[in-house]
Amino acid sequence: MTTQTASRPASSATGPVIADWRDFYALTKPGVMKLVVFTGLAGMLAAPVQLHPVLAFTAILAIALGHGGAATLNQWYEADLDAKMKRTEDRPLPAGRMDRDTALHFGVGLSAFSVLLMGLATNWLAAATLAVTILFYVCVYTIWLKRRTPQNIVIGGAAGAFPPMIGWAAATGDITLMPILLFALIFLWTPPHFWALSLYVNADYARAGVPMMTVVAGPRSTRRQMLLYALPMIAVAIAPWPLGLAGPIYGVTATLLSAGFLLLTIAVVRNPSAKPARMVPEKRLFLFSIFYLFALFGALVIDAWVPVGQAMGVSG
Amino acid sequence: MTPEEEKTVRKRQRSRAIVTGLILGGLALLFYLITLTKLMVAS
Repeated sequence: MTTQTASRPASSATGPVIADWRDFYALTKPGVMKLVVFTGLAGMLAAPVQLHPVLAFTAILAIALGHGGAATLNQWYEADLDAKMKRTEDRPLPAGRMDRDTALHFGVGLSAFSVLLMGLATNWLAAATLAVTILFYVCVYTIWLKRRTPQNIVIGGAAGAFPPMIGWAAATGDITLMPILLFALIFLWTPPHFWALSLYVNADYARAGVPMMTVVAGPRSTRRQMLLYALPMIAVAIAPWPLGLAGPIYGVTATLLSAGFLLLTIAVVRNPSAKPARMVPEKRLFLFSIFYLFALFGALVIDAWVPVGQAMGVSG
Repeated sequence: MTPEEEKTVRKRQRSRAIVTGLILGGLALLFYLITLTKLMVAS
């Protein structure tokens, strides 16, 4: 997210750092935002009650802004870590294109505004869930866990699991079994997804002193634990079908995709290499895991909206 | 600041002002639509 204008600091020894608007945009982690918005939208569309399109758009905007605020505060707190890792050293704060106070004000403002917007447009249960998500990501994951325990992304992953629940709560004003299952699905999906990436950028985390599972427990133990999370994740992914909360479109898609996820995870477990160049199964699983989540939530929405599912009395 | 740095700063300030203006205009429109929708739903 850098252009020629945004790639260098506009400052001197006497002048202030004037960040480009693109740097503010980059702080919101727009790449991750796509998945957050998509799962939030899917949770909303899969709900049995449909919001007016203007309010639905506003709710999704609030989720996106809340994510942007939390991501900004994450980068505000982690600027020192980001400067030590190749993957993150060009972000606006470590690259010196923005000062920390500006990022802090932007992050707090965006977070507070997103919660207010959600509350005013939909309901305060959705707004409170959004507020909990932001606070969980910033305080529990970023400030408390990330630098202290290899379980950081396991517990911190809960923050990424909230959006479908927020979408559902925005539409219905309630939280039932289905949004809890969607929460559990993303929560259990996060460790195998993130550790697949962590395995082949392990040197970066080790250099930055972040106690990722791959750094603390090593590749072999991490691979085994990925499988231990993938198994309950698959059970949760398929569960809405036999429980009558989703129809056959979702059920068949979830079963097939989960079989693929399991096979790729087994390939990772069987890979003995600790060299990033030989971690092809890990890279495959990382990419597939992103597709898996998009496809699963896409199938959930199609299942809720297509007459086949409705005719069988299993939608939403 | 050198003249080149001054120019870069002014350019960034201008582009930030334009983007901020667009966002504020968009939000004004959004709040107007939210109000209309809420009134419609209530009636």
